[in-house]
Amino acid sequence: MAAAMVSKSPTDTGLRATARCLTEPWPIRLALILGTVLFLGLFLVLPLAAVFTQALAKGWGVYWAALCQADTLSSIWLTLLTTAICVPLGTLFGLTAAWCLGKFDFRGRKLLLAMLDLPLSVSPVVVGLMFVLVLGRHGWLGGWLESHGIKVIFAVPGVVLVTLFVTAPYVARELIPLMQAQGTEAEEAALVLGANGWQTFWQVTLPQVKWGLLYGIILCNARAMGEFGAVSVVSGHIRGKTNTMPLQVEILYNEYDFVGAFAVASVLAGLALITLVLKTILESKAARQIALAQARGQKMTETGTPEQASVVYGDPTSAPMRKRIVLSGDRIHEH
Amino acid sequence: MVPLSRARQQVLPGFGLTLGLTLLYWSVLVFLPVAALVVQAAGIPWHQFVQTMAEPRVLAALGLSFGGSALAAGLDTIFGFWVAWVLVRYRFAGKRLLDALIDLPFALPTAVSGIALTSLYSRHGWVGQWLEPLGIEVAYSRLGVIMALMFIGLPFVVRTLQPALEALDPELEEAAACLGAGRWATLWRVILPTLGPALLTGFSLAFARAVGEYGTIVFISGNLPGKTEIAPLLIVVKLEQYDYAGAAAIAGVMLAAALLVLTIIHRLQSSYSFLRG
Repeated sequence: MAAAMVSKSPTDTGLRATARCLTEPWPIRLALILGTVLFLGLFLVLPLAAVFTQALAKGWGVYWAALCQADTLSSIWLTLLTTAICVPLGTLFGLTAAWCLGKFDFRGRKLLLAMLDLPLSVSPVVVGLMFVLVLGRHGWLGGWLESHGIKVIFAVPGVVLVTLFVTAPYVARELIPLMQAQGTEAEEAALVLGANGWQTFWQVTLPQVKWGLLYGIILCNARAMGEFGAVSVVSGHIRGKTNTMPLQVEILYNEYDFVGAFAVASVLAGLALITLVLKTILESKAARQIALAQARGQKMTETGTPEQASVVYGDPTSAPMRKRIVLSGDRIHEH
Repeated sequence: MVPLSRARQQVLPGFGLTLGLTLLYWSVLVFLPVAALVVQAAGIPWHQFVQTMAEPRVLAALGLSFGGSALAAGLDTIFGFWVAWVLVRYRFAGKRLLDALIDLPFALPTAVSGIALTSLYSRHGWVGQWLEPLGIEVAYSRLGVIMALMFIGLPFVVRTLQPALEALDPELEEAAACLGAGRWATLWRVILPTLGPALLTGFSLAFARAVGEYGTIVFISGNLPGKTEIAPLLIVVKLEQYDYAGAAAIAGVMLAAALLVLTIIHRLQSSYSFLRG
């Protein structure tokens, strides 16, 4: 019973009787909780533990040596390079998209919003194929690229391009609902007080959305580092040249170099864990920002926010959505 | 949404610039490749398209991708509801950690989860060695494919159900209790019907993610043509054989399916957020 308590703790006996009708008897609650812990432990924690155990199966020395192989190092380098290009571009795109879609209303806005989720709903392999069809040897631009001696498919530019495609929506998806909820009053005030457009953006808009922005960047970064399917199609798997870390994992694994494969995988898994921690921290901050903005917006305009949900489906791990829907009436609760 | 009158919008600068940049970026990076696929797939003569689709290997791969994803998403919906219920309704030690862990399959690169699951469920793995004497083979079988699809789809269901469960009006359950319904009856006749759209959304999101999944599956499935081969893998195989038309045909079907599911999710979400609002 100590482990499983109802979230409501009413003091009045009458209320307690009602509360009893509104929850399950404690053995069932305990069983449900234990079942969840067991299920998530087996299903989520065990694979994670397996990665680190296998990587260190032959000790730290072998682990370290596996990471220091030339091919592995160059795959780490390529992943860092790809991320260093994709995250800033994704962020810039996210900011411009969020400004025009979040702060303005225009014809075709809804269509554009819906299109924003396209890269997340297409299979990564299909994404790779699309780029091959445009830029490959027999593709639309293939002949022109070849005559100019530019290699895109089966080369680094192809890897960067598909990663740009799959990471494009993350920042925009976090910022649009946030900017929309915040409205334009603060910016208008700044402009009236004599600030120019840039000053308004840097000093009024950006501070208001910073947590959501960071959250989007974290997700974008995680996807950029981990993308496998799309990159696999266009990279050509040239060792030491066009292999990113996930591809290096595959190659080493298929060569039965399990320590090597799991060593690279453990680095990626470590990054995923860091992502989860940052995500958890930023989630509540971003949610607070959006809840505050919405509470203010609701007070001012007395309109509901059903239309906003259209922005945020596709990946429910999106912070604003998770917490925003909880905002009902005049109460803001967080869990 | 805060209504923006056109007169007031004029005050904010930068609309033309940002819209132009957004459209430019999106056209070059997204619309051009998508158009290339659509044109390529539409250019395939009908009989050739039918021929490609009717190949037993293609049919089997599409069947496994769609059927397996539907099964995995269904199981995810059941387990996801359980997990979401426990995380929203009960208080216990370690709850925040468990809650943060839900996103693990989403944060973990697919290749990493692929080799991790394979090593767990293979014959000598931590879990596989217990299942083998029972005659259950998970790695390199359809069961393994479905397990892996479940793994990647779970966060989508839980994260869709959590806010919906939190927003559930307690008065509904109070009324049910007052009218003499037990918890079981309340669950089936009050809670689940109310959560219907959210459950469907979670299912669709998990399904959409699973249909396109590649990284996790190529490791655990063993990739036996006609048996454990999934549609995205078949696209890769066709590409490696320079069969662009075949690859584009399968990819076209998958793109159409993705757009269909996207539209359904869109509809579902606007319907239930409207009801709630």
